[in-house]
Formats: sequence, structure tokens, C-alpha cells
Amino acid sequence: MPLASRHLLGLEGVPKEDIQLILDTATSFREILERPIKKVPTLQGMTIVNLFFESSTRTRISFELAERRLSADVVNFSADLSSVKKGETLKDTARNIEAMKIDMVVMRHAAVGAAHFLTRVIKAIIINAGDGTHEHPTQALLDMYSIREKLGKIEGLNICIVGDISHSRVALSNIYGLKTMGANVAVCGPKTLIPREIGKLGVKIFYSVDEAIKWANVLNVLRIQLERQDRAFFPSLREYRQYFAITKERLDKSEKQITILHPGPINRDVELSAEVADSEHSLILQQVLNGVAVRMAVLYLLGTRSESK
Amino acid sequence: MKYLFKNSHIIDPTTGKDTKVDILIVDGIIEKIGNNLSIDINSLTYDLSGKIVAPGFIDMHVHLREPGYEYKETIETGCMAAANGGFTAVCCMPNTNPPIDEASIVRLIKQRAENVLKGLVDIYPIAAITKGREGKELAPMMELVDAGAVGFSDDGSPVENAEVMRRALEYASALNKPIIQHPEELDLAKGGLINEGYVSTMLGMQAIPSIAEEIMIARDLQLTEYFAAQYHAAHISTAGSVELIRMGKKKKLNVSCEVTPHHFSLDDNAVRSFDTNTKMNPPLRTREDIEALKEGLRDGTIDVIATDHAPHSFDEKQVEFLFAPFGIVGLETAVSLASTELVHKNIISISQLIEKFSINPRRILNLPPILINEGVRANLTIFDPSIEWIVDIQKFKSKSKNSPFNGWKLKGKVFGIFNNGIFHPPE
Amino acid sequence: MKIQNRVIDEKGFERTLIRLAHEILERNKGADKLALVGIRTRGEFLAKRIGNKIREIENKEIQIGFIDITLYRDDLREKLNQPILKGTQIPFDVKDKDIILIDDVLFTGRTIRAALDELIDLGRPASIQLAVLVDRGHRELPIKADFVGKNIPTSPDEKIRVLMQEIDGEDGVVIVKEGKLL
Repeated sequence: MPLASRHLLGLEGVPKEDIQLILDTATSFREILERPIKKVPTLQGMTIVNLFFESSTRTRISFELAERRLSADVVNFSADLSSVKKGETLKDTARNIEAMKIDMVVMRHAAVGAAHFLTRVIKAIIINAGDGTHEHPTQALLDMYSIREKLGKIEGLNICIVGDISHSRVALSNIYGLKTMGANVAVCGPKTLIPREIGKLGVKIFYSVDEAIKWANVLNVLRIQLERQDRAFFPSLREYRQYFAITKERLDKSEKQITILHPGPINRDVELSAEVADSEHSLILQQVLNGVAVRMAVLYLLGTRSESK
Repeated sequence: MKYLFKNSHIIDPTTGKDTKVDILIVDGIIEKIGNNLSIDINSLTYDLSGKIVAPGFIDMHVHLREPGYEYKETIETGCMAAANGGFTAVCCMPNTNPPIDEASIVRLIKQRAENVLKGLVDIYPIAAITKGREGKELAPMMELVDAGAVGFSDDGSPVENAEVMRRALEYASALNKPIIQHPEELDLAKGGLINEGYVSTMLGMQAIPSIAEEIMIARDLQLTEYFAAQYHAAHISTAGSVELIRMGKKKKLNVSCEVTPHHFSLDDNAVRSFDTNTKMNPPLRTREDIEALKEGLRDGTIDVIATDHAPHSFDEKQVEFLFAPFGIVGLETAVSLASTELVHKNIISISQLIEKFSINPRRILNLPPILINEGVRANLTIFDPSIEWIVDIQKFKSKSKNSPFNGWKLKGKVFGIFNNGIFHPPE
Repeated sequence: MKIQNRVIDEKGFERTLIRLAHEILERNKGADKLALVGIRTRGEFLAKRIGNKIREIENKEIQIGFIDITLYRDDLREKLNQPILKGTQIPFDVKDKDIILIDDVLFTGRTIRAALDELIDLGRPASIQLAVLVDRGHRELPIKADFVGKNIPTSPDEKIRVLMQEIDGEDGVVIVKEGKLL
């Protein structure tokens, strides 16, 4: 069965079979990434535009590599949002690009719902590469792939997301995906960084990182920023580091082995100590490699999905 | 010109009149009300069986956009939309460009309105509380009243400074005019696009908590009590606000409030479509808030239904949710939404609906009541509460079509209005 | 109404595999540089079976891999049903090997074209030879099998179905034809 939707806008509401299919398909692409020629002709003749209104070198490179390894034609469009806001609207930009006969758009945008909006104004297949503080589905998929690869399963694991939950698209997509796949999900951070009604999404809440460590098999540690839109949600990075950073000392208090993920880029010794980031229990570099495979899987499944379903 | 309305069901809550009769109007004056009035060849005759004849409705919260934003709406298109929606009068809000903070602008608007459809729709401007709507210095309220302003509001922005609010309440109460507050504590609401709650959590969207509205109302009620002034809270949207106003009324304060049709018809789940026509300020709230608003309408805590008619052009709304302006049009769906969501769901009676669209807003604005008696000028809204129809935004008379109700099936439809000697049935 | 006609039975199937194993060894003068690559799905099981025969005959290990040609298909974007990827597993270096590519039915030749492209992306084998259980004709590309279990001339509206224990619970080859029973 092909994926239920012709776009990948988020993981909210995506059925378990679809997530399973993407993860299983990614396994095939992981093998291709080990070959001397890391390229297959699958999407030959397909044109994909990477439309990035926020700078995100990592995500764009990962998508671009995935696209090129599937032999698609790739066009990159990067623009600073502030300049776009003054000039052409997203609708006009997208329609102009579509007029050049493109098949798929991968978009990063600062506005929540921007990818959904795009599906209403152009016909191309849309992949959301992050819409503001809403969703970043391929990140959560590669996180899940990495967890499954390391621990053999997702179901039944205790997975805690640590950091700025309120402003994280990674957190939301992970919560949706992991819940669907049967994991127990928790969030941990200062109360000012946790939405008041997050409990209604079926997650546990920890305000103490030591308690979270006691509970978790996996910690997905988010990048922390002191200021967002000129507002400080906690007093200082120093205080955050003291009370919420994941350090070896904190992890050593736990009897079980805890796997560490981080979507990158890391603020070393802020949310994560260097020692932990580089340890054998950290999946950070595997996440990067798996990111390409998972994105290839998504591109393949959407790019070859038959319309006459 | 003679009009004969046969089989009219008059409901006039002011006099308690509730009868089925014929009405003869000659040159704009109700000449006779009675049974079996004979048909005169010179009169236009309508059979109003099944229809309600009520004192003319007034929408006390409308953005006509002129002067300054004529691409969204003009006085002309706004009046046509009002007439189409069953309103014989509207109050226009002062967030125009320039804002209505000088007598000359009040006069300009009133003049323009007189030329639209021969003055079919009465316009009562609401002037700004403060100069430039900046919340700092009081606007020349006496001059504005002399020019025809019926109330004061900085709508779109709250009067944040408590001292300025104090002066405004004191000054306006001496003029017998209400201060209409846009209740919003701006720091709490900063950056917010939708209601803070489960839906905003699901969408990761920056949100406006209900307390941003309630804190401002709570403060204003204290000021109103202390200075014995008249206060009207615009577009209340939360259960907490209803409760605050209810308490204020219990204390016999001169306070009132309004609710928009969209706030009792839609909850914040509608935002999940990312349709920019679900973006308004105050935002759509939760199911529980809707229930509280309905209870407030039922028990009389909420005096008025007003639309907050906020036209925006097609292109302005065809953007990412973040960049879309707040607000929707409402004039042409308000009466039908109230009929569908309130009357047919047994929240309020037809008589209460008429109070909230006609009697109460006029009382709050200290305008003379409209009576349906022999010898008075006819100012009527005629509607049929049982007709079902489907909203088609393309048929709106408003210049803008930004409504989330396109395609909705509603029960209850305006048949026409009569005002200033003219009968205007919607097309 | 489907009409089936069995053209290879259980015993014939076994004999065919033994003959193919012998032919492969004979042509390549032993199994030293030999490696088998089965095209998924049925080619995978055929490769395992033929591999077992070769081990029995030569008393030597032989390397076996599987190839999923989905990503190399030329009709991927036109197909109605999206195939599920099973993955390519070649646990050895193809460089300088004599590769025997194994599939159940040789028809248009397009699958073999895709498999050749994929194999060459994996490295540079010394040679690639093709072994199929059934050659049913109707080639659309200039491709010819080196080892054929059985030539079965068919009309285009007929279908060849290879049955295998591992999937179907029995071995054999049948011709299926859509048509009316006279």
C-alpha cells in the first residue's frame, strides 16, 4: 500500500503503517549509502525544488543529497524571510517556480502551516522540512529510525524529549510519531518552555532532568536558545546548564543505559556535555547518516506514489 | 409611496407587542397597523406570512475601512452589506486612516453615508478614545459628540494605560457616552495568533491566553465601579469574561458587552485547517467558552450581538497564517448565524434575538428606541426564521469575502429592511 | 475464468535445477570465482536452491546475494501499485567475480536490464551471465539468457507463474490464461 497522503506535511494523523513503511523503506536506502556508487536512477526526470526561507544548512544538504542520490534534478532556492515578506508573497514565489514545471517542493519556512498553505496554491508534491514551531516530520522519522536501529524497537520504550518544547517542531513531530508507534513519551524542561496543555497530547511531564533520566531509555536533547523573539523564557544559559544539561555525572546515576539523540547543531556544554555527545551511547552521527536514508525513502515513496489509488 | 405588509408577525420587545397584523406605510411613516387592511392599487403589497417584523437592527461594531482602506471596503459597499444582512444602522469603528479622532472625519463619514442608497442605512460613528488611537491623550470627545459620534473606542487596540482609561471613563460619562474597550492585555497576547490551549499546543502556534482578555476586563470593571462610569466590553470571547461581566452587573455597574457570531459558532478546532479566515482577534476559543457565551446570551449577561465586521482583501488573506491580518466579514451572515446557532438550538427566543440586535445596542449607545407604532417613522428588519439557505461569499455585497462560513447551511434569512422611506429586499 | 496448465511438475522442477547447476559449473569450469545473485522475489529462492546444488556437487561454499531492482525499474512512475522495497543484499565484493544472475521468468528483458545496471553500480564483475527457469519469449530489449531451464513459447495474453515451496507451498510452473471455458 502506498502512503495515505501525497504530501508529507507532518506526522500528526499519519497512520502507523505509513511510518512503518517509511522506516522499512529507509533500510533499503541505508544499504545504497554503503555502496561505492551511492546513487540509483529511481527519480530520473523528476525535478525537486528545495525552498528554504530559513537558513538550515544541515537539513538542506541532507535533502539535496537524498534527492541527488535518487537521480532527481535539484534546484535550490534560499531566501531570507524578511526580504521575502517585503517583496513577493509565498504564493507568488511558489507559483513562479511551479511554472517552470517542477514535481516536488521541499520547504522550510518560519510560519506555522506554511506547507499546508502551499498545498492549496500549487499542485506539486510538498514535503515539509520544518514550518515554524509546528512540525519537522523527516527529523522525527530519522530519530525513530535511529532509535529502532540501535534498540531494535520503538514500541514500549520510554523516550523523553528535553529542552525547549514550546518552540520546537522537532518535539511535536517526535511526540506524534512516537506515540503512533507505541512509545511512552515524556517532555522535560523549565516550566516556561513547556506548553500548558501538552499533557493532553498524552505525554508525561518532568520539570527535573534527574527524574527524566530515571524514567527514560532514550533522551532526545533539543538545542536550547536563550532568547526567542526578544523574550527570555529562562534566566540564563548558565542556570539552564546547571539544572538541565545532560552530563555524564547525571547519566551515571542511572542504572540502565540511556541512548542520546540530538537533532543538531549542538551547543556543546550547554544542553549536552561534550563527553556525552561523543560517547558510544550518542546516536548523533548515525542520525545524520540515517537522515539521508530516511529522506530518500520519503522522496521515493512520494515520488513514485501512484495517483490512481 | 405606499407599502402594505400583509400578515406581519410584529415582535417588539420594548412594548411587548407580539401580534400578527397588516402594516400600512405611507411615505415612510407607519400609517396603520391592523387586521385585514384593504389592498390599495397604489400600494406595493407583500405577504409576510411566516416572517418576523422587528424594530430595525443595528450592528454596533463594524469596520467600514473608509477613509484609508477603500480597497477592503467603502462606506458604500459596507452599507450595502449591512442592508443585505438586515441592519438599518451600523456603528463604524475609528481605526481608519486617518482615524476618527477629529470632528471633520465624523462629519465626512456621515455625509458619505447619506448618499448611499438614499440614506437607507444610518451610520453612527464611534470615535477614538485617544488621539491617533495611541492610548496616550484623549481625543476631543465633546467636539466628536457634537459632530455625531455615539461612543468611544480605540478598537483594534486596548487603552492600556490605567490612568488614561480613568480619564476616558470620567470624561465620557459626563457626555452620557459609553467607553467601548477592546479588552486585551498586550504583553500576554504578544505574538499570539490563536487561542492558547490544546489546539495551539497541537499546532505549535504562538497563542493568546484567555486571561489576556479577562485581566483587562477585570481592571476596567474596577475603574468603572470606582468612577461610576459607563463601560462596554467589545467582542468578549471567553468564559472568564462572561463571568466577570456577570459579576459587574450583579454589582449594578453600568456595564455591558457584546459577542460576535463567529465566537459562538466556531471553536478553535477550525484553525487546524490553517484557513486564514479563522484568524481573528480575539481568537476563536474553546467549546467550553462557547457554552459559557451561550449561557451569557441566555441569561442576559451578554447584551449585544455585534459582528466586528472586518473586511480584508483576497490577497491579504492568501498568505501564510502568520502573516494574515486578523478578522472576518460578518454583516451578511450575522442574523442567520444567530438564528441557526441560538434560536434554533433553544438558547434564546426570537424576542431575545431582537433585543440583542436592536433594543440593547441602542440603549447602550443612548439612542432613542425604535417603536413599531402608528405615526412613527418605519425602521424595520424583516426576517424569516425558518428559511434554509447556503452561504455563498460570492454573493456578498461587501467588497471583501473573507468569511469562514462559505458553504454553511443556515436556518433563518433576512427578508428585507425598511428605513428612511425605503424598502430594501436583499437580492 | 482462469485456466491453468501445468508445464513443469514438482519432479521436473527439481531436475531442471540440477541441470542448471551442472551447466553453470561446466561453462565456468568450477565454482572458484562464481557468485550467484538472485533477483527478488523468486530469483532469491532459485539462487539459494541452485547454490545448494552447486555446494553438493562441488563440495565447496558458494557466495549468494539478492538484488531488488525496484529502484532501477523504468516503469516505476507509471505503475499502479507501488512495490514494497525488499532491499539488495550482496554480502561480498562483486569485483572480478563471475556473477550468475538468476531470475524465474525471462520475458521483455527489462528486469534484467535494471539488474545489470544495479550490479554494475555495485562494482566491476569479471562477467555477468544470466540463468532463468523459464524463457517465455517476447523480448523488448536485446537480452539473451546463458542458461535456460525450459523454453515455453507463449502468447502475450498468457501468464507464466513459477510456484516455489518457499512462497507457494509447492514447486512447478503453470501457464495461466484469462478466457472462457469452451
